[in-house]
This record gives sequence, structure tokens and C-alpha cells, in this order.
Amino acid sequence: MRTRADKLRDLGVRAWAILALIYLFLPIFVIAQFSFNDNRGRFNFTWQGFTLDHWKDPWGVPGLQDAFVTSLTIAAISTLIAVTLGVFLALALVRYRWPGRGVASGLVFLPLATPEVVLGAALLGWYLTLNFARGYAAIVIAHVMFTLGYVVVTIRARLEGMDLHIEEAAMDLGANQLTTIRKITLPLIAPGIAAASLLAFAISVDDFVVTNFTAGQTTTFPLFVFGATRQGVPPQVNVLATGLLVVVIALMFVNLAVQRRAARRDQRAMAQAGA
Amino acid sequence: MSQAGATAPAPALGRRSALRRRRALLPALFVAPGLTWLLVFYAIPVLTQLWVSLQTGNPRDGFTQTWNWDVYPDALSEYHEQLFRSVGYAATATLLCFIIAFPLAYFIAVKAGRFKNLFLLLIILPFFTSLIVRTVAWQTLLSDDGWVVGVFQSLGLVDEGGRLLATRTAVIAGITYNFLPFMALPLYASLERLDRRLVEAATDLYASRWTAFRKITLPLAAPGIFAGTLLTFIPAIGDYINAQLLGTTRQFMIGNVIQSQYIVVRDYPVAAALSFVVMVCVLIILALAVRLIGSRQLSEAAVA
Repeated sequence: MRTRADKLRDLGVRAWAILALIYLFLPIFVIAQFSFNDNRGRFNFTWQGFTLDHWKDPWGVPGLQDAFVTSLTIAAISTLIAVTLGVFLALALVRYRWPGRGVASGLVFLPLATPEVVLGAALLGWYLTLNFARGYAAIVIAHVMFTLGYVVVTIRARLEGMDLHIEEAAMDLGANQLTTIRKITLPLIAPGIAAASLLAFAISVDDFVVTNFTAGQTTTFPLFVFGATRQGVPPQVNVLATGLLVVVIALMFVNLAVQRRAARRDQRAMAQAGA
Repeated sequence: MSQAGATAPAPALGRRSALRRRRALLPALFVAPGLTWLLVFYAIPVLTQLWVSLQTGNPRDGFTQTWNWDVYPDALSEYHEQLFRSVGYAATATLLCFIIAFPLAYFIAVKAGRFKNLFLLLIILPFFTSLIVRTVAWQTLLSDDGWVVGVFQSLGLVDEGGRLLATRTAVIAGITYNFLPFMALPLYASLERLDRRLVEAATDLYASRWTAFRKITLPLAAPGIFAGTLLTFIPAIGDYINAQLLGTTRQFMIGNVIQSQYIVVRDYPVAAALSFVVMVCVLIILALAVRLIGSRQLSEAAVA
């Protein structure tokens, strides 16, 4: 039985949710809008007219392309390392019992609960103590460190949702553990690995704080933008940010579609196994 | 959880123990690289902060270890204002996040039906653009001739000729924006898991909607509220981008001090001392949270 008060409350919740989503997307609209701004002078704060010039010439600002390429390269390398380490960590945390498992899982999750400024400061202090040069390698090390936790969380969720019987069946049929992992477990958690890679890549590409502490003379895209805030951020930055978002949306839809197909395949396999 | 392969046939005894040893070796091999990485580039660096903080010297001649414990009272008396401000801003932003995110999470978990995943995607999507670019967009939105200030002025929330940019409001709003998904997602996870029949039972038994919400929904969503609060509050304490881009030195937080002492002034001991203090605070908060609610439930609510 729904009273008028109930309906009113439903409407309120709905309106609130929509307002919250608008709030979330407000700056995104601004970013996209100002990528088309025909700004005069260095600053890109007031709307002065529509132009496609910046989209035609996204690299028209000295240093921007290098910074962008550096960011993508660092993200690719650190994602590769973090996902490799993370898959095995997640496997060991979910599929095996071993002494020290609790401590290990604490160590995996603690970086997620540490403020970024502390991560950056701690690494910088460590690099200074070791006289380790800041720059490319220092950034990659840092990015692997703080994306690893996210990778493990994502893959762990997929592993825990998996049907153990398939692995057990493989072993009962004489496959050893490594073969089982290679032929059964890894293919089944592939969507999780893809999601984890996307997440790690996105976090790494976007990182400012820790990178700022460990970069030395290297400039990544976020560092470039931050440096530009004082003299005015060029609209090309908006072009790249908008473009990157479009790519991420596309990748998400691909991942979603692949996951759906995998889920359907799992279901079919289960149905056949049951039959 | 059953250990995979526990049912494997066991031939001779000697081979069996060798097999068991190999089986024990496998997880060790799996975790060794990842854990080593975290040990060398997370745990040891965090502890090294203590070592660095006790040194004295200057950036030109270098620093030497002098076990100068005075750095802690000195740094705290100089920067306690920023430290307290960080906690205050972070707490306010966390509360705002909760107020904004709870109805949103509730809507997605209970009312969104088959559009659930789409809405969840929409929550995280904005955060795939660069944080700095997003914050610069807030600069644009909140700027003195922007429409947001105009709306606030006509509502009487901002004085005529008053401003939003370079104020405490802007910094707290920026932090709120940044950490909203960290609040919304755990809230969603706990609300989604909540058995709606309990609420129906309560209302069938003549509890008002409000009583049912207070006595059933809120307590059952507690793990999510707890996890969301931690995930928002802790990183927010260390945030300095919002204060840097949306505020002035009068809104600077402890993160601003740490980064400028480390990177600009290069007074490493003071910077290390402050960051060590922040880390200790975080560990205390986490330990309290684990005591209160249990690590298993907490991490489940946080990552689900």
C-alpha cells in the first residue's frame, strides 16, 4: 500500500540522486565545453566563442605531448608489473592457506588506506636516504606500489565469486596446480584482470601527488597541468582530458560486453555440466 | 574455503610429503615478488620517515643523524593550525559526502532496478578525468564571474560582491567532490546487500517508515557507513590539491606543508616528522576501526 507520503519520499530520493549525478558531472561538462573555447590570452576561464582549433591541434603547446606520452608509458609499464604481481598475490590470498596470510593481506591493503601525501613523502625520504635518482624508474616503482592493492582487490573479488568445482574437477582429472591455474583459473578471471588493468592504468595516468614527490625532472601529464595552472591551463589540456574520458568510456563498454558474454558462457557451461 | 587439490590421490608416503612441501612452496612463490615490493617500497619507506625526521642539517651541506626528537614538538607547535584544519576540513567533507551519497546510494541499490550498473558507472566515470583538470574546472565554475556565485548570491548564501573561490567553502566543496565515490560505493554495497523484507516486516508490525529506517536500514548499513567514512576521511586529511587550487595559504592543510617542506623548502626532517605524525594518526584511526567493527567486516564493506 503506497500512501502519498511514500510517493513524495520516492520522488525526493530520485530528485536527490539526479542532482547528485549532475553535481558529479558539472566539472566534466566544463572541461569538455572549454576544450571548444576560442580563448584569447593565456587564460581559459571565461567563455569567448566556439572553435574546433584546439581539437585540430591538440599538441600545439610545447611540452604537452612529451608529458602525455610519458604518462601513458609510465602507466603502461606500471600496470603490467602491478597486474602480474597482483594476480599471483590474489591467487595466494584466496586459494591457499598459509602462515602470515593475515599480515600479508594487511600489507596489501594498508597503502590503500594511507593518504597519498604520506606515500609520496615516505618514498621521497627513502629515495633520498638511498641516494636513488628520482625520475622515470622512481615513478614506476611508486605507481606499482599504490596500484597493487587495487589490482588485488579487483581480482580477489572475481576469484571469490568463482565456482571452485571447475578447478577441483581439473585436478581430479590429473591436472597439476600450475596447469589448473593456467588452463582454468586464469581464463576464468580474465575479465577481472582486464578490469584491474583498466583501473591501475587510470589511477597511474591520473596520479599527481605521489608522482610530484618522486618525479625529479620528469614531467607527466598531471604535473604539466599543475605547472600550467599558474600561467593559465591551455585548452589543449581540456581536449586531451575529454578525449581520454571518451576512450575510457569506450573501454568500459567493451569490458562490460565481454563480461556479459563470459557470464553467459559460464551459465551455458554450468547448464551443460548439470545436464 | 576448501583448499584446491586437497582431494588429489596420494600414492607413496615419501612422494606425498614432497608433494605437500611443493604445495606449500607455491603460495610462497606467488606472494614473494608482490610482498617484497610492498615491503621495500611501502613499509620500509614509511618507517624510514622516523629516521629522516630525527636528522639535522640543511639541503646544501646534507643531513646527518642527530636523534633530534625536538623536531616533533617544534613542528607541531609551528604547524598545529594546519593539522587541525586538515582534520576539520576532512571531517566536514566526510559529513557532506555522506549527506549527498546516502540518498544516491539508496536510490541505486533499491530503486534503480536494471539500471543499477549504469548508475554505478556514472558515479565513477567523472573520476577518469585528471584530478588536476577537474579541480581547475571547479576553479572556472566557482570563479567570481561564474554562474555558481551568481546563483549563490541570488539565494542569499553569498553576500553581494562576496566570492566562493579562495574561501574555505570552495576547499571543502572540492574535497567533498573528490571523495564522493569513496563514500557512495561502500554505502551502495551495504544497502544493496540489505534484506528488504526486514524493512517490510517492520512496517507490517506498525513501525513508521522513519522508525523502520532508523532501527533497521541504518544499523544494517553501518558497515558501509563505517567503511565509507574511513575511505573518505583518511585520504581527505592528506589532500592538498584542493587547498592549493581552490584556496589560499589561509586554507592550507597539513598536506600543503608536507609537500612544500619536502619539495620547495627541502627541510626534510620537518616534512618527514609531519608525515610520520599523519601516518601514526591514520594507523590509530584504523586500529580503532578494526577494534570496533572487525577487520573482516571492514575490508569486506570497503572493497565489495
